Amino acid sequence: MTRPILAVSGLSKRFERKLDVVERFARRLGASVDDSVLHAVSGVDLAVAEGEVVGLVGESGCGKSTLGRMVAGLLTPSDGSIQWRGTDLRDLPPAGRHEANLKIQMVFQDPMASLNPRLRVADIIGEAPVVHGLVPRREAAEAVAEMMRTVGLDPGYMRRYPHQFSGGQRQRIGIARALAVKPDFLVCDESVAALDVSIQAQIINLFMRLREELRLTYLFISHDLGVVQHISDRTAIMYLGRIVELAPTPELFAAPNHPYARALLDEAPRVTLEKRRFAPIRGEIPSPLNPPAGCPFHPRCPHAMPRCSQERPDLREVAPARWSACHLNDTL
Amino acid sequence: MTQPLLRVENLQTHFATRAGTVKAVDGVSFDLRRGEILGLVGESGSGKSVTGQSILGLVDPPGRIAGGRVLFDGEDLVTAGEKRLRAIRGRRIAMIFQDPMMTLNPVLSVETQMVEAVLAHDKVGRAEARRRSRDALGRVGIASPEERLAAYPHQFSGGMRQRVAIAIALLHSPDLILADEPTTALDVTIQAQILFEVQTLCRDTGTALLWVTHDLAVVSALADRVAVMYAGRIVETGPIADVIQAPRHPYTRGLLDSVPSRNRRGVPLRSIPGMTPSVLDLPKGCAFQPRCGRADAACAVMPELPENGHAWRCWHPHDADARGAAA
Ligand SMILES: Nc1ncnc2c1ncn2[C@@H]1O[C@H](COP(=O)(O)OP(=O)(O)O)[C@@H](O)[C@H]1O
Ligand SMILES: Nc1ncnc2c1ncn2[C@@H]1O[C@H](COP(=O)(O)OP(=O)(O)O)[C@@H](O)[C@H]1O
Ligand code: SF4
Ligand code: SF4
Ligand SMILES: [Mg+2]
Ligand SMILES: [Mg+2]
Repeated sequence: MTRPILAVSGLSKRFERKLDVVERFARRLGASVDDSVLHAVSGVDLAVAEGEVVGLVGESGCGKSTLGRMVAGLLTPSDGSIQWRGTDLRDLPPAGRHEANLKIQMVFQDPMASLNPRLRVADIIGEAPVVHGLVPRREAAEAVAEMMRTVGLDPGYMRRYPHQFSGGQRQRIGIARALAVKPDFLVCDESVAALDVSIQAQIINLFMRLREELRLTYLFISHDLGVVQHISDRTAIMYLGRIVELAPTPELFAAPNHPYARALLDEAPRVTLEKRRFAPIRGEIPSPLNPPAGCPFHPRCPHAMPRCSQERPDLREVAPARWSACHLNDTL
Repeated sequence: MTQPLLRVENLQTHFATRAGTVKAVDGVSFDLRRGEILGLVGESGSGKSVTGQSILGLVDPPGRIAGGRVLFDGEDLVTAGEKRLRAIRGRRIAMIFQDPMMTLNPVLSVETQMVEAVLAHDKVGRAEARRRSRDALGRVGIASPEERLAAYPHQFSGGMRQRVAIAIALLHSPDLILADEPTTALDVTIQAQILFEVQTLCRDTGTALLWVTHDLAVVSALADRVAVMYAGRIVETGPIADVIQAPRHPYTRGLLDSVPSRNRRGVPLRSIPGMTPSVLDLPKGCAFQPRCGRADAACAVMPELPENGHAWRCWHPHDADARGAAA
């Protein structure tokens, strides 16, 4: 890869959890101390090339949003570094870091929850570029109109409030707001999840068009495998705070390497002509308060070996451009 | 053919609102046979949930059933009294909702709730009720059901809670289960587990299932037949494979075409223009007109939905040429 636009290495986020009375008592009696720390993201390495779309999939609680929020500068990592165009953000002076953070914007799932209901669309979209000095205030209205046209909204509606729009249109407003500060990189966190299928298709098409027109790079977070398969160049699969597989999208979907990736792809609902017998993997996702030792997937893995419960497999390049964290790759 | 277990005839459910009468369900008819799985599919606001609530007599004011019949085993539930409905609900017709906490009481243990549910409809002793509860938990794949009985709902994960809700639905071996988006909030692997249990149950016990969802993929894998709703009406219905293979209504076809995995990777998705309509503001005739590429003057008259087999409500349906899963 040429110099990536964004690279994270060893990125981790732990959340401290206050112990309740019983737990504090148990701890005094010698119970595991670590239970008060929630490992949301653990040691993630990921480099994204300029113009690339990297899809991030995994089941709820696996750490996708936490990773995305760290990348977007909304959450401070507990460990590890984030490099923007080759420079470690921690090495930048505050002004430089601020500038880099503006270049990375986030689009959220629920536009209603992320748009201030008391602001008019013109202010929602126009405020940040004015505050950050990207657009003089007297040109704000024209900049807003331009942004609205870019995302397929009628600028005639800029005096309206968010609740006067449909779900799909509100998501367009959320996208326009993110684009207004001229970012290079969008973290899209479940940005089409709340939309009906027919509207979802329109917004996916919008993301694809914007990528071309504005030369954007995306970290595209979704629990929907079909969406990620359609839009991403590469796909990363997370489980319990870690990336367990990372590969070019067509190859990953054609032949997943990691047993968890395989299970996830097998069980994703697809429109089929035949009735299916569901043959699910057993068990639940373990708690990130107490992640299993060794391979995090071993309690549910149909291929688990004795080694899997003791030794954690690293994410390794198992074939050109294909990364997987599974001991099975050693025995081949 | 024997009488269907459930026959919904020209159901009309209206809500009186300040803005006008919302015809949330506007002339819905379908049959469900014993042991059959029918998927009721549509986008949000199309009237799926209200259809389910109407069947069970659970529509609250300002809503009311303005017309039609709901024949369950030959008996009209629309005209049945509340006492009769209560006897049928829970015992012969069970419900599962997207949020299991609609069924579960947060302050009672699972055991208390399940035992009470058994005793409400059956004259058995507590020990027998407890045994049945434990067995029901086991049947939905809950490990060590004996210990889990003592737990409270908040001690379970979302997927486990939904299993408990399903176990309660199964307690009386109902003839019909009405499920409203029960796996929508769950993760893929957990959803697959629940679909597996449900599929096994219908096969083993002959329970009929009405599965309400916005997710065509789930229905295609689970259901025998499908009914597609748009703006309060069924616009296409038929055996699931026929509808998926050769959708005839432009809306059904548009929905299928919008599914990302049915498009070539990376190219713009085929999408339906416009947005989901407000039922307060529908055109005269076919509700899909403003979004339909085939609309013409004929469409200002509402097309009928013929009975039986694969049927569609459209003046200019697509040809039957199979398009398969290929795209
Ligand atoms: N602010 C927070 N405080 C404590 N725990 C959190 C916080 N944010 C997320 N978590 C926990 O971190 C884990 C990962 O969460 P998240 O990144 O939201 O996952 P995902 O987006 O994949 O569903 C979860 O167990 C979640 O409960
Ligand atoms: N209590 C209510 N008052 C007014 N309108 C309602 C009420 N409940 C549902 N509706 C309307 O009925 C229509 C169908 O709703 P619903 O059956 O919940 O849709 P779906 O389940 O398909 O998403 C919607 O337009 C909704 O606004
Ligand atoms: S390392 Fe072992 S437990 Fe983990 S995925 Fe591979 S085989 Fe399964
Ligand atoms: S009746 Fe007319 S408007 Fe309605 S779906 Fe058919 S062609 Fe389209
Ligand atoms: Mg998330
Ligand atoms: Mg609903």
